[in-house]
Amino acid sequence: MLEKALSGSNRYWAWIFFLLAVIGVGFIAYMKQLNEGLGITGLSRDVSWGLYIGQFTFLVGVAASAVMLVIPYYLHDFKKFGKIVILGEFLAVSAVIMCVLFIMADMGQPMRVANILLHPTPGSIVFWDVVVLNGYLLLNLIIGWTTLGADRKGVKPPDWVKPLIYLSIPWAVSIHTVTAFLYAGIPGRHFWLTAVMAARFLASAFAGGPALLIILALLVRKFSKFDPGTEAIQAIGKIVTYAMFANVFLLGLEFFTAFYSNIPGHMHPFQYLYAGIDGHDKLVPLMWTSSILAVVALAILVFPNLRRNEGILAFACVALFSSLWIDKGFGLIIGGFVPNMFEGVTEYWPTMLEALITLGVWATGFLLLTVLYKVAIAVREEDAAVEH
Amino acid sequence: MSMNRRQFITVAGISTVLGVGSASVIIGLGKSSLEAAQISPDPRALKAKRWGFVVDVSKLASDEDYRKCIDACHDIHNVPNNPNPMHEVKWIWKDTYEHTFPNVAEDKIMNVELQEKNFLLFCNHCANPACVRVCPTKATFKRKSDGIVMQDMHRCIGCRFCMAACPFGARSFNYVDPRPNIAKEKQNKTFPTRMIGVVEKCTACYERLAIGQQPACAEASNGAIVFGDLEDPDSEIRKLISEKYTIRRKPELGTQPGIYYVIGGGEHA
Repeated sequence: MLEKALSGSNRYWAWIFFLLAVIGVGFIAYMKQLNEGLGITGLSRDVSWGLYIGQFTFLVGVAASAVMLVIPYYLHDFKKFGKIVILGEFLAVSAVIMCVLFIMADMGQPMRVANILLHPTPGSIVFWDVVVLNGYLLLNLIIGWTTLGADRKGVKPPDWVKPLIYLSIPWAVSIHTVTAFLYAGIPGRHFWLTAVMAARFLASAFAGGPALLIILALLVRKFSKFDPGTEAIQAIGKIVTYAMFANVFLLGLEFFTAFYSNIPGHMHPFQYLYAGIDGHDKLVPLMWTSSILAVVALAILVFPNLRRNEGILAFACVALFSSLWIDKGFGLIIGGFVPNMFEGVTEYWPTMLEALITLGVWATGFLLLTVLYKVAIAVREEDAAVEH
Repeated sequence: MSMNRRQFITVAGISTVLGVGSASVIIGLGKSSLEAAQISPDPRALKAKRWGFVVDVSKLASDEDYRKCIDACHDIHNVPNNPNPMHEVKWIWKDTYEHTFPNVAEDKIMNVELQEKNFLLFCNHCANPACVRVCPTKATFKRKSDGIVMQDMHRCIGCRFCMAACPFGARSFNYVDPRPNIAKEKQNKTFPTRMIGVVEKCTACYERLAIGQQPACAEASNGAIVFGDLEDPDSEIRKLISEKYTIRRKPELGTQPGIYYVIGGGEHA
């Protein structure tokens, strides 16, 4: 099926080469990092994780969100998702690949990364994250490829794939729960030490991932003859709305506990992120942008009439996705490190090289996504031609 | 069963390879089951069930007193002096009361003398180290024999999870190549230098203990830092802890830090 990605319009090839160029620039920047160390980033002794780990965390959520299509389609027989579910699975594959690349970019000694498997340490959450992420990648690749292959031949998917599909549902929950446990089990990082961390991760994932999927589905419809289905898109819109409300609710719980308890250590990270501490306020504009975008998105999504207009829906999804990208892909990580273990403030801001490497990883993910979607779309277009 | 020459050579060849191969595997296994130390332990080596420290800040009067302890450690361990403070590497350092005990420092009307005190901070060699719990490669581990929290800088993959997990900020990462930032005349050829991308920290001078020497900071401290066995009720360090009022950093987190601070006032505390 992969050969279908090798023929396309000029626009398709222009997009592919654009992505390759961005990857190339990112790769050169990474070579510099590999050579000189992570000192080329904005990271420091006090803020030792930043953009890379933030993006990783955010993308685990995007990957997990495929389950929001799998559950209605396979468990509730919601037929409207029949055509779009493959887009969710392939999005998950690309997102996990990006996760792996961000982790590699963050390693001080990436060539030693096999030590995680050579010296397996089940007490470490990282070990389990490696296991569940790779498992999830494999599951989605097998499920997506097999069901699409069957579709192409006009036959039902083989029976052995069903148990894998069911397995992928709790597995999706597991990848984001384990990722939340990376943070939620650390003594002394007040911002992360919260039992609702995993719940919040899942809520934001089930809002942000499907929001991206809506945008992608609208783009697919615009640029190809394959229509993922208006009703399917509307149904995802509903999922996004509910999940985002749950996410904002959970964030509200964090604020309540921090400020009503009045425990300084719990309040400080929130104060740093939303108001700044002693004039250190680099993240304040970003965090407020995120909050405003969340409110705007919810104010639109909550009204079914507004949501039904696909242009407005797309706008709301872009706002929501950006809001979560800031909140989870940046604020969540930095808030854990500021103030530091001595209640001092060292600020973090990514460098240009760090940003280029990050863009390079995103471009790699989008390249993979484009190729996978191209194959899926080509198969769907063939199907449509046969039906007519 | 008959066999032509070609078959014979094939079978003989395969058997030889397998034979030599398995023999070397068996020999190799035998080797790796030996103790990591290839020579018998030095009879002078200091031993304990769990090493710990008492830091008496009343005995650290001048800036010079702190400096001596810090330099003693950093010089023998080839700790680089990186120009960018963001990339600072430190195993032992001086910090204020407010930074050392942020959880109790909120009180603004307490003893001024105490608030103005400075402390010596280094790895607590916790009994329940969070850094060890999170490390995905066992590059940082608690030594079974004496409780020292070790750091294998050759196994570390540089994920920096331990830095996120340590509540005491005891760990440093080599963001830049440390070697150019070690003064040539100060370099200690008997202790390894590090490369970029690995985490390092105080390892309680395990290399000095092995030859019967006290940790460098304790030796240079003029009695301000006492090193000893926390699990031996007759040790000097246990006597100090039972006689004087001591505090530990962030004990509420349950890591059981192994540094006890004596603030001063001696007998009446």
